[in-house]
Amino acid sequence: MTQTNRIGGRLIDRSRSLSFTFNGRAMQGHPGDTLASALLANGQQLVGRSFKYHRPRGIFSAGSEEPNALVQLRRGAAQEPNTRATVAELFDGLEATSQNHRGPLEYDLLAATDLLAPFLGAGFYYKTFMWPKSFWEKLYEPAIRSSAGLGRLSMEPDPDRYDHGYLHCDLLVIGAGPAGLSAAVAGGRAGARVILADEDFRPGGRLNAETLEIDGAPGHDWARTALAELAAMDNVRVLSRTTVYGAYDHGIYGALERMTDHLPASGGKPRQVLWRIYAHRAVLCAGATERGIAFGNNDRPGVMLAGAVRAYVNRWGVAPGKRVAVFTNNDDGWRTATDLRAAGVDVAAVVDSRGDVTMSLDGARVETGGAIVDTAGRKGLNRITLQNGDRIEADCLAVSGGWNPNVHLTCHQRGRPTWRDDIAAFVPGGALPPGMTVAGAAGGALTLAAALREGRETANTALEDLGFTASREPAPKAEDEAAGITPFWHVAASRKRAWVDLQNDVTAKDVKQSHAEGFRSVEHLKRYTTLGMATDQGKTANVLGLAILAQAAGRSIPETGTTIFRPPYTPVPIGAFAGRARGRDFRPYRLTPSHKWATEQGATFVEVGMWLRAQWFARPGETGWRDSVDREVEMTRNSVGICDVTTLGKIDIKGRDAAEFLNRLYVNGFAKLSVGRVRYGLMLREDGIAYDDGTTARLGENHYVMTTTTANAVTVFRNMEFARQCLWPDLDVHLISTTDGWAQFAVAGPNSRNLLRKVVDAAHDISKDAFPFMACAEVTVCGGTPARLFRISFSGELAYEIAVPARYGDAMIRALMAAGEEFGAIPYGTEALGVMRIEKGHAAGNELNGQTSAHHLGMGRMISRKKDCIGNAASERAELSREDGLRLVGLRPVDHGAKLDAGAHFIERGDASPSMASDLGWMSSVAYSPSLGHSIGLGFVRRGDARMGDIIRAYDPVRGKDTEVEIVSAHFIDPEGERLRA
Amino acid sequence: MKYSALKILWEGLTGNKGWAPVWREPDPKPEYDVIIIGGGGHGLATAYYLAKEFGVANVAVLEKGWIGGGNVGRNTTIIRSNYLLEGNQPFYELSLKLWEGLEQDLNYNAMISQRGILNLIHSDAQRDAFARRANGMRLSGADSELLDTAGIRKMCPFLDFENARFPIQGALWQPRGGTVRHDAVAWGYARGADARGVDIIQNCEVTGFQIENGTCTGVETSRGAIRARKVAVCVAGSSGRVMAQAGMRLPIESHVLQAFVSEGLKPVIPGVITFGAGHFYVSQSDKGGLVFGGDIDGYNTYAQRGGLPVVEDVCEGGMAIMPMIGRARLLRMWGGVMDMSMDGSPFIDKTHIDGLYFNGGWCYGGFKATPASGYCYAHLIARDQPHEVATQFRLDRFARGAMIDEKGQGAQPNLH
Amino acid sequence: MIIHHPLLGPRDAAEFVYKGDVTLIDRPDWQAEDAAEAFHDYLYLRDNPAGEHRELWFHEQGDRSWLVVTRNTLTHEITKVELARDVARERGRSR
Repeated sequence: MTQTNRIGGRLIDRSRSLSFTFNGRAMQGHPGDTLASALLANGQQLVGRSFKYHRPRGIFSAGSEEPNALVQLRRGAAQEPNTRATVAELFDGLEATSQNHRGPLEYDLLAATDLLAPFLGAGFYYKTFMWPKSFWEKLYEPAIRSSAGLGRLSMEPDPDRYDHGYLHCDLLVIGAGPAGLSAAVAGGRAGARVILADEDFRPGGRLNAETLEIDGAPGHDWARTALAELAAMDNVRVLSRTTVYGAYDHGIYGALERMTDHLPASGGKPRQVLWRIYAHRAVLCAGATERGIAFGNNDRPGVMLAGAVRAYVNRWGVAPGKRVAVFTNNDDGWRTATDLRAAGVDVAAVVDSRGDVTMSLDGARVETGGAIVDTAGRKGLNRITLQNGDRIEADCLAVSGGWNPNVHLTCHQRGRPTWRDDIAAFVPGGALPPGMTVAGAAGGALTLAAALREGRETANTALEDLGFTASREPAPKAEDEAAGITPFWHVAASRKRAWVDLQNDVTAKDVKQSHAEGFRSVEHLKRYTTLGMATDQGKTANVLGLAILAQAAGRSIPETGTTIFRPPYTPVPIGAFAGRARGRDFRPYRLTPSHKWATEQGATFVEVGMWLRAQWFARPGETGWRDSVDREVEMTRNSVGICDVTTLGKIDIKGRDAAEFLNRLYVNGFAKLSVGRVRYGLMLREDGIAYDDGTTARLGENHYVMTTTTANAVTVFRNMEFARQCLWPDLDVHLISTTDGWAQFAVAGPNSRNLLRKVVDAAHDISKDAFPFMACAEVTVCGGTPARLFRISFSGELAYEIAVPARYGDAMIRALMAAGEEFGAIPYGTEALGVMRIEKGHAAGNELNGQTSAHHLGMGRMISRKKDCIGNAASERAELSREDGLRLVGLRPVDHGAKLDAGAHFIERGDASPSMASDLGWMSSVAYSPSLGHSIGLGFVRRGDARMGDIIRAYDPVRGKDTEVEIVSAHFIDPEGERLRA
Repeated sequence: MKYSALKILWEGLTGNKGWAPVWREPDPKPEYDVIIIGGGGHGLATAYYLAKEFGVANVAVLEKGWIGGGNVGRNTTIIRSNYLLEGNQPFYELSLKLWEGLEQDLNYNAMISQRGILNLIHSDAQRDAFARRANGMRLSGADSELLDTAGIRKMCPFLDFENARFPIQGALWQPRGGTVRHDAVAWGYARGADARGVDIIQNCEVTGFQIENGTCTGVETSRGAIRARKVAVCVAGSSGRVMAQAGMRLPIESHVLQAFVSEGLKPVIPGVITFGAGHFYVSQSDKGGLVFGGDIDGYNTYAQRGGLPVVEDVCEGGMAIMPMIGRARLLRMWGGVMDMSMDGSPFIDKTHIDGLYFNGGWCYGGFKATPASGYCYAHLIARDQPHEVATQFRLDRFARGAMIDEKGQGAQPNLH
Repeated sequence: MIIHHPLLGPRDAAEFVYKGDVTLIDRPDWQAEDAAEAFHDYLYLRDNPAGEHRELWFHEQGDRSWLVVTRNTLTHEITKVELARDVARERGRSR
């Protein structure tokens, strides 16, 4: 196919050709084309099918408001559904396909739906598909779902990258039409930091599409000059291909810059950049969007907005038809006729709904006070029918129902647009986003001279607010073109269906039926008919729908309601919002100081919050993780094992009141902890629920080091700062989080002291008597490296934790392992750690789950009643401290061969119909104990402390298990604690 | 007017001229047996069940704006009964059962679609917690399954199994979970209540309570005073503002939850999927849009809009588990104001003022609760006794220490 | 949102963690006769105003100051930002 409809074109480069395909057919266009202009140039009128009735549809607009021309671009993983052909920049090799049809576009099998239209009116689906009940999910819904939807995802990961960026400016100008360019030039000349953003790849707005003049020269030339001036200013940044999609709190704007969408491939560059723009002031110069008129069969390919027809003729040199008719209710529509005439295109007729029109066009048929009631042409327009019955041959109909200011961003906070009768449109109203003002057509100034003037003046006001001196250079001059309008919405005489929302197939009749059924507020109308809910968000449809609703209700438009818009202004790819946070980069990794070493040892790692921790260290010959874990436990219990515990939260606490401060954080007393000693502590939340536990060591008179669980490291510190700054601001306490500052290793097992003797410098006596259980000290290791040594035990063995500055962590683990070689020291991971803590009955995350009290954990007696502490008062509440409440106990399978599972619930042996009412509690943690040779568990059982020796059932229907277990003490190993005191 | 395929056929053949208003637009009467404040899903459901199940039809629903304009019209349409705690799960299971029979009950197709809900598991601790939950669900009579990765792959091959920061290790699967066309719920209940004589009064704002000697005897409204034997507040999102007129402070903060919908796409997502290592959940509407959301913004607000950090966080979660959605475009974002309660669970209770009832604190779980909330609230209003599955939704539970804290976050509403 | 930190100037709200109503500073006396009730009200009841709200924010990705921000919950306009420690002292907190 050749470019049969190409007639010239001032803003395309005709010296070069670009090849592209549409539904596999090869076509040609030029640099500067959009896919839509190129399709029209190639005479391709039919480009898609409508959402509901699968009606043939063509290109309706020339911008981002397009409801019809949605196509799929590219192929493979880069396949991109629902792209508006009107904003897709043509590139060589572009592949586009139409969507939402079964079979070829020209012969869509689902077009039969249109024949059923009388039965598929507004909300029909709420009234049927209910019988028989089971058919909805099996039959009706799948059928609806597969015929609905628009384009297709590739089902492959998005191959492109997206970046996020942050920009700051004094003045953000949104839109680079005449108002925006004037505003930006004013800002730039005043010396302000200006960002000018425009969604088009060629800034200039309507100046590119019109034949209006500024300072005696073509408007698009003036735009080019203005852009050149801006480009030369260091304080101005022009972002083309950039849509400001949302206005957020405190002058923050979201914008999307399309970096490579106009190229065949992104070539390793980010496809798009999501900018967050922090602006002191913003001037919205977003222009206006034309709307249609509802009349019979106004949806045929070839029926277009009048301004869009001008844009195709003037900017792109494309005649959307050979013989074009115009239907308008305003002066602006006439310019389409004159521009077409000037370009040599046959004007079939100008139909103006106004009776008192004095305009004329030589030789063209003019119908004043006229209306179109019907159109014909199966896959493209070929005839229109006037109200008086006359039929006129035309293959394109340019329709103008007036212009709607693009108020969208003014609604993003609390703004509610208000109606202006003189332009028959909504203009920004209510509370605009603070710092935002509006200029030009976006504010209702629909003529060029007014736009130029307002852009400049609005910017100058904002600049002066910011302390800049406005430039005194004269404003550009232009004529105020005719812009009269008499509202005309719907050709009531038309008996055929008249489309209001083209994409969602909402007709005037649907709007009226909605009203008749009581859906009379605008929001009800939208929701009931789906008006304005399509990918164009009703940019060309909403006001028309509202006007028809108002007519049905016999009320004025402002009495009927208003239409507001939510972000984004135009749809934004999900990938752009996500930026680089995907795949393994979704969140950062925190690595422990021994990570490199553990990797060398072949460790398997596990995600623990942001951390990666060694889970176990497989050795040759081991056939499964259990082999490794059992070995690590046995070796630790029999000799010595080493585990990186750096991830535990570490908080340095200093100050004269540090002891008193700790005393108020922990439920148990800390006031009398001696220097050189460590104490276990339990913290509650203020609501009395057990929160976190750990140890705190007193290293000096006014110096303590607290450890928290890995999971709560951040929040414990936050809460401590709250207590310090907000509850007791005059206590002399200072906190610093040192979690990442120290590498810390547990050295556990009967040989741990022997091992450490080889590492800790000899000056420090760590003998049993000199350094007993719960001792701590600042020491040196490996010949002078500072370290902290704590004799504490999570495993229940003779054990220590040793901390060195994080930069020595790698050296430390290597030194410890070397020193331990003679004892057969092994590293152990979090699994073995977990097994040993369950063998000892220590609560961990599964028990401290934010729902359990100290009483539930069997630690109720730890709570000192002699002092205040966080959570003390609330922990007294009846339900938290009741005697017959849950208690943490140990569980042992009656059949020692049985495996226990966490998450089982407990029920009585004889419970024939288990229910939530007969639920006794749940199994919180389980492990296979290599020391005991069978599965063990910890769990919460109602009155569990009083039921030692009872046999109950671990009921696990979801895994098809039901196991008898005996309630036992949670201290499975060394209940007297002799080993850890060894 | 009974809806049926036949009725649609008849209307289609006769020009669709016979459709009558779905509800009347009556003027308020001077007095009712029960006034329900709030024409959202819960308020309309309460009116419906009062009239249908409890024989109380002299009821007015007072709505400040237009019915269904609050959270019932701005949520992500998910239904499920996959709760953990005894105080919640039987209630949500009742709700799911009511959903399952709702369309025939209402003669209104709310497009209840039980395509299942999949909660992804990313750690051992999460698996343990979900196993506990799955068993609890079974104990309440609900359905639940634990899936391994092979089972998930079969259902959702497009998830990121190879390159994830937090690899998928399994899932909790409730086949009966799903989605409902949210607006239709409000309209269906309104239609049913109206047909049974309930007056639905739109554009009628309550401006005060008439309280005499500790008894509530009516309300002041923008359309005059209306007396009532019982006044039932049901305005989640605005509970604090309305109850302040009765001098009550509540264990509730108002927060905004954002939700998002993409452009229409041919079917890709089978049911509801939730990401267990970030803030993201998604389903696909009958029209083809991906409907998704994440966490609340986290600060007190009555503005029905949120900020960009949460938008990005949610989309990051989406890309983390299903990187195929990168080229799908986010079409619309909006915010709903939540009654975030102090333990994440709701209230259906009498107040200390005789004749004044309160229903609220639904956090972001209100939509799925609509039928049971209406049913149980109607039960309480009609009989002055809580329904057996709603006995724990009491205002005094904090004083007793009987929190219903599914997430274990304590008295910090923005963490629930 | 942007919070004007009294020491550090304008900072994106994403650097902060939100806690809630400023009354969380007013932790009751554990030995008072009505301590149980006072703790209940302190922990669980909120004014939750639609309008001006004084609230606590923590500059977690910053200087670790707790701030009291006066913000309108209808418009999100921030009219005042103070160091919470100063506010705490004004409200009678000390040791």
